[in-house]
Amino acid sequence: MNDDFEPRITAFVCNWCTYTGADLAGTSRLHMASNVRLIRLPCTGRIDPLFIIKAFERGADGVIVSGCHPADCHYTSGNYHARRRFAVFHDIMQFIGVDPRRITFSWVSASEGAKWRDVVDEAVRGVQEIGPYEAYRALAPDAGATAPAGEAKPAPDAAPAGAEVAP
Amino acid sequence: MTEAAPVYAGVAELQRVARELLEVGDVRVIIGWEDARRGARPVFVSDPADTDKLIFDTRCVHNLVTYLNPRRDHVAELGKIGLVVKGCDVKAVAGLLREQQIDRDHVVLIGVRCGGVLEENELPAALALTPENVAPRCYGCDNREPSLTDHLVGEPQPEPPRPVMTIDERVAALDDLPAEERWAFWTEQFNKCVRCYACRQVCPLCICERCIVEKTQPQWIESAAHPRGNLSWNVTRAIHLAGRCVDCGECERFCPVGIPLSLVNRKLQQIVHDRYDYTVSDDPENAAPIGDYRLDDQQEFIK
Repeated sequence: MNDDFEPRITAFVCNWCTYTGADLAGTSRLHMASNVRLIRLPCTGRIDPLFIIKAFERGADGVIVSGCHPADCHYTSGNYHARRRFAVFHDIMQFIGVDPRRITFSWVSASEGAKWRDVVDEAVRGVQEIGPYEAYRALAPDAGATAPAGEAKPAPDAAPAGAEVAP
Repeated sequence: MTEAAPVYAGVAELQRVARELLEVGDVRVIIGWEDARRGARPVFVSDPADTDKLIFDTRCVHNLVTYLNPRRDHVAELGKIGLVVKGCDVKAVAGLLREQQIDRDHVVLIGVRCGGVLEENELPAALALTPENVAPRCYGCDNREPSLTDHLVGEPQPEPPRPVMTIDERVAALDDLPAEERWAFWTEQFNKCVRCYACRQVCPLCICERCIVEKTQPQWIESAAHPRGNLSWNVTRAIHLAGRCVDCGECERFCPVGIPLSLVNRKLQQIVHDRYDYTVSDDPENAAPIGDYRLDDQQEFIK
């Protein structure tokens, strides 16, 4: 495990539960890893598996997808639909050879600031164990021309390339 | 040398049914198979006199249901279609019905009882099936007696032989590899992709009028044929067919660079079967697993 490696992690979170839960973690001044960039979406049902692929394409070392617990969805059933879609995506990505530690799925409610911290810390630790996602970066058309990304620590205020996802 | 296949007894009946349908004017065109120099190929017959072209034998691998795909509206414009289908093809018809993509009244289905087809169909004459030449997907076929059909021809056929290596065995062999080797295998396979989209064009169930890969604002899937975009495209194509793919194998057969797409497709079938106890069937009422949900779905992968 490389302690110096600061992974870039993109989190796709739903507006109603996890985003608010992450906000609570912040206002509660919980200490947690600062490697995660949040992307707020209306619902986990809005999160297409392509978002996750895109995050990896743009340099993410890991991805978190999080939303409302079952039965808590603001739109009644968005998270149930998402659960099936992600189950299939999770399994097929493993079949393709993606380490499951790269993609974390969780349910975090608006009151679970502490759980969000745990999810983030665990995801960051998991990605630190397996290192930068060089295997994915090697797929890039200009791979080899550029120095491997992810070794430099992400600047705290500038949004890293990994957080950019097309709207 | 493999021996020639016995003549399919239902051919005369197939031709008679087709001729009657055209003569009565029930349908405007019959889509079936004909014999050509390079093997069996699809044929559109609109003249009753031409129905003696129609054949059926072990070379008739094509899933003709792709002509019912709503993207092919120029076929629908020909008028009411009479379609010759094998049992496996019927699943694709059921898929289109399930998703309200076709009107059952606008197509007459002529089912042929099938005992399996060849993997390689470009042959001057039909061969008897052996474990070496049978299409692997035929193994374990549960649709040798086509359902949903308006006419059914031919006599019951023997069960297709077991291929040298079944698709399930090939998937299991991949599953047994460490993740890095699976990644190496699939990236090497996908790297061959030239992005011709033949897999999508031939698929009877790739029904989007505008495919996500053609969307450029934003561009979700990079369209240049480089490994990163290829991975994105091939994974997306596969998961868009999760719980829908009927395993007709046409995508793999059409792939000009030989990507083993049937392994991804089979893996997805296994996933929806294991997680949601769902098998793609010839029953149009049987709702597909994606787009549906149960409150107690598995979620062991979610923290």
